[in-house]
Amino acid sequence: MSNLNEQMADRYKNNFLKEIEEQAEMGEWVKMCMQCGLCSGSCPTHFHSGWDHPPQEIFMLIRAGKREEVLNSQGMYMCTSCYNCYVRCPRKVPVTHVMHGIAEYAYRIGRAPKAQPTLHLSKTFWTNATKYGRVNEVQLTQSLYFKDGIGSGIKKAMEMQKEALGLVMAGRLNPMEALGMGHKCKDVSGIHKMLAKAEELEAKNKAAKADTAGKE
Amino acid sequence: MARKEYAFYPGCSSQKGASASNYLVSVESMCKTLDIKMTEIPDWNCCGASVSYAESGELPRHVMNARNFALSEQNLPGQTIVATCAACWLGARESKERLEHSSGLMADTQAALKEAGLNIKVIPEIKHMVEVLIEDLGYDELKKPVKKPLDGMKFAGYVGCQTNRPFGIANESFENPMYLDRLIETVGGEAVPYDQKVTCCGGALAFSEPEKAQAQIKDIIESAYDSGAEMLVTPCPLCQANTEVYQGQINKKYGTKFNMPVLYYSQLMTLAYGGSAKEAGLKGNVIRATKLEQFAG
Repeated sequence: MSNLNEQMADRYKNNFLKEIEEQAEMGEWVKMCMQCGLCSGSCPTHFHSGWDHPPQEIFMLIRAGKREEVLNSQGMYMCTSCYNCYVRCPRKVPVTHVMHGIAEYAYRIGRAPKAQPTLHLSKTFWTNATKYGRVNEVQLTQSLYFKDGIGSGIKKAMEMQKEALGLVMAGRLNPMEALGMGHKCKDVSGIHKMLAKAEELEAKNKAAKADTAGKE
Repeated sequence: MARKEYAFYPGCSSQKGASASNYLVSVESMCKTLDIKMTEIPDWNCCGASVSYAESGELPRHVMNARNFALSEQNLPGQTIVATCAACWLGARESKERLEHSSGLMADTQAALKEAGLNIKVIPEIKHMVEVLIEDLGYDELKKPVKKPLDGMKFAGYVGCQTNRPFGIANESFENPMYLDRLIETVGGEAVPYDQKVTCCGGALAFSEPEKAQAQIKDIIESAYDSGAEMLVTPCPLCQANTEVYQGQINKKYGTKFNMPVLYYSQLMTLAYGGSAKEAGLKGNVIRATKLEQFAG
């Protein structure tokens, strides 16, 4: 268990519902769920394998205090951000954002499942987008293909060769971006300072909530 | 002076050489005909898109969008921000909503913006290009410049997710929005009814879990073929790329023979307004829209 994970479990005295309400974005909505299952039935990925817990199960597991089972779940990362669950929920729970929020929290305290491909994409995308303020699509694709090593990366790149060439021919993929010649913001340093401040404030706010909970 | 003026937020995928660069080409042609002036927000940045959720956290994500608000208001005061990308539009609208409803989040955002020498006084209105077309101009105005109606061509209007949910287009239903069909009909095409109009293309999972996304894309293309459509039409750069680029992979995996061109609404409009294949960005389609290339002449 990582330190942050132990600290949080300790501060919230295993009141996992409260922990999620205070620490996960939109977590305060969890108790509104009435277990109808419309979110799960509306999810485009629920027909596929790897879905250990759909949203309404995640909500019930949180209320039942099943901390490890929720934080370790693959369920949140099945989200395609299609917002079907969000617009259909009869209790107006913003399910998409709650799933994102729980995923972010599990990752922040070091309890997210290892080698989760969409979690990897999430990290890679944000790092790529904030490095120069705009996405470098070629470097993004490269870092995704090569995440499991050179051999597997070359294999994946070869499989997609025809598609990549089609995009280059259509003027929609610029190989020069691989060399860092992509689009960039002018005020990159301002963006980095701004984001550092935002991260600092967010960490401070979340820590303050946990401290208060620990003293109750 | 142009009929309408907006602060333009093109987004990362619309830049030169990027995956939706042909979307931008056609939007520029379409706006020229419609006398809409789009001024790019100086030094705009990425919205963070949906998939960055685990790494970005809450405040950094809103701060990225807030920077665009501040730059827009400072350089193009009073103008509505217009995004052509569904994710840019959604991200910006979501941040605007959250910041306007939480004074704490707004105070923290201002503190972060200060580090970049910026601040927010008013958050501008935010619209998708489609809203500009159907709300600010209206179908009648969009029909007026039609010189070459797309007679006899059958399109499946693929609305997808993020231009449809959670905000959507006013007065449209989430389950069966009609605006894209009406846009197709406005330029003389036939919008075929089919049952996968708002099915998700898999979004970012096309990269991280391709087999899941491709199963969904297969359903969409198959349904469009079954309904007699010759081409797919979409308002979203990721829908466009996902439904077009992976057809070859799907054919290999499922033994299908998909080869359906996927167009942007703005490409159809440009062509119907008498624009050339180049002005419509047709060269940017990986699966060539041969019928439209011939139509453009």
